[in-house]
Amino acid sequence: MELPIYLDNNATTPLDPRVLEVMLPYLTSKFGNAASRNHAFGWVAEEGVDYAREQAAKLIGCADKEIIFTSGATEADNLGIKGVFEMYHEKGNHIITATTEHKAVLDTCKHLEKLGARVTYLKVKEDGLIDLAELEAAMTEQTILVTIMYGNNEIGVVQPIKEISAIAHKYGALFMTDATQAVGKIPVDVNADGIDLMAFSAHKMYGPKGVGVLYVRRKNPRVKVTAQMDGGGHERGMRSGTLNVPGIVGLGKACELCRLEMDEEAKRLSALRNKLESALGEMEESYVNGNTEHRLPHVSNISFKYVEGEGLMMAMKDLAVSSGSACTSASLEPSYVLKSLGLSDDLAHSSIRFGLGRFTTEEEIDYAIENTKKAVDHLRNLSPLWEMFKEGIDLSKIEWAEH
Amino acid sequence: MAYSEKVMEHYTNPRNVGTLDKNSKSVGTGLVGAPECGDVMRLQIEVDENNVITDAKFKTFGCGSAIASSSLATEWLKGKTVDEAMTIDNMDIVEELALPPVKIHCSVLAEDAIKSAINDYRVKNGMAPIELAKSHH
Repeated sequence: MELPIYLDNNATTPLDPRVLEVMLPYLTSKFGNAASRNHAFGWVAEEGVDYAREQAAKLIGCADKEIIFTSGATEADNLGIKGVFEMYHEKGNHIITATTEHKAVLDTCKHLEKLGARVTYLKVKEDGLIDLAELEAAMTEQTILVTIMYGNNEIGVVQPIKEISAIAHKYGALFMTDATQAVGKIPVDVNADGIDLMAFSAHKMYGPKGVGVLYVRRKNPRVKVTAQMDGGGHERGMRSGTLNVPGIVGLGKACELCRLEMDEEAKRLSALRNKLESALGEMEESYVNGNTEHRLPHVSNISFKYVEGEGLMMAMKDLAVSSGSACTSASLEPSYVLKSLGLSDDLAHSSIRFGLGRFTTEEEIDYAIENTKKAVDHLRNLSPLWEMFKEGIDLSKIEWAEH
Repeated sequence: MAYSEKVMEHYTNPRNVGTLDKNSKSVGTGLVGAPECGDVMRLQIEVDENNVITDAKFKTFGCGSAIASSSLATEWLKGKTVDEAMTIDNMDIVEELALPPVKIHCSVLAEDAIKSAINDYRVKNGMAPIELAKSHH
């Protein structure tokens, strides 16, 4: 076992060597521009792209032509939301999303508010799921788009996508989902799920960074988005720019591997995750954040009360994890996702996200359990709050000095 | 963000972790920060009849820089007179630990903890508390 151990697979995943292998020729001999129609170099590149498009389409149950390659999920989110807003502005200006979305969705919505959009940010319940009745109550004739993420990047909860899309469609709105954390991890089928637009990215599923997909439905209904990048009219005019051929080929292979290995991999990962979670859950004052039934198989978000997340991560120095603590961000505000669940600031500061992946072994999980327990104990020995808790002092009754 | 060697060193081997008897007249206790803000420091000093700090202890809930700042503060306090301790400035801590700008608030908190402990000691022993500048918050 090599240290440090990578348990931050919701941030990014390592490139699978099998993916790298198929990419390499496209970085060397097969360097052509996929848009070059008049010579073999272009044809070879185009063939690679076409095959990748099929592989991606097969994973999510759509047609090849419905796959629009982008630079990643952030661009796909931008293109989907802004593109729908521009294309359908005559029909209405209302967009519905949720407070726990990724910034790529939230900040895009905020941008559109400046341009005349009205945006509803649905709150989530304590378990991180949206309230379907609240969604339905928010729908109006002006609603053109409902965009709700598939699986959450911080806590892993999986939203009731079929029910959400049914409500959107009942009121004549399109349904989009940022499925970056879900595609390749759990079965996602755009037809069964009623998805009209969907963003995802290669580097979250053992593919390369810098390449993603916006799925855009072509039938029932035929969805159109206004291009956000002007130029040579690539990707059916929706996304100009020379195609990232090696990246796209890698994305295709990554999709194929996920499709073939997903069932067994999800079982293996959820077993490891549950082992980690139950061992750490035995510790006093530790809490699992988010719904534990409807969630991705590979992520666990746990708050260890009375220790601060960044300090804790320093003690877990052989583990690469992430925290909802303010200290890990520039803003000094703890995770807005955890706060949306109604978690108090101090519990949000105390959270650690464990993200397991394809290359995580049981030996690593055993090590992670021991290492985390030791780190929590070490930090609690240093914590005045832990000492006060142990003395039976009610911390909420203390008047803390603002600073 | 990578931590400086000195932060790592204090964090890994924190000095003077512990608790003094807060009810003792010779002990001053400072508790600063707030759990919602992600850092709370408790710093205690024990002062002898010559106004010299003979012992200092801390416990901190916070990031590595907050823990290192309070550990360093206790190290500096021991052997100083109370008056000398009053002159410890947060920028001395920033310099010693090579704290980056986003971590300066950790050093401010440590300075506040020192002053708050001194004031607790003063009040306990019939002296007026020293007015504390709050400008750097």
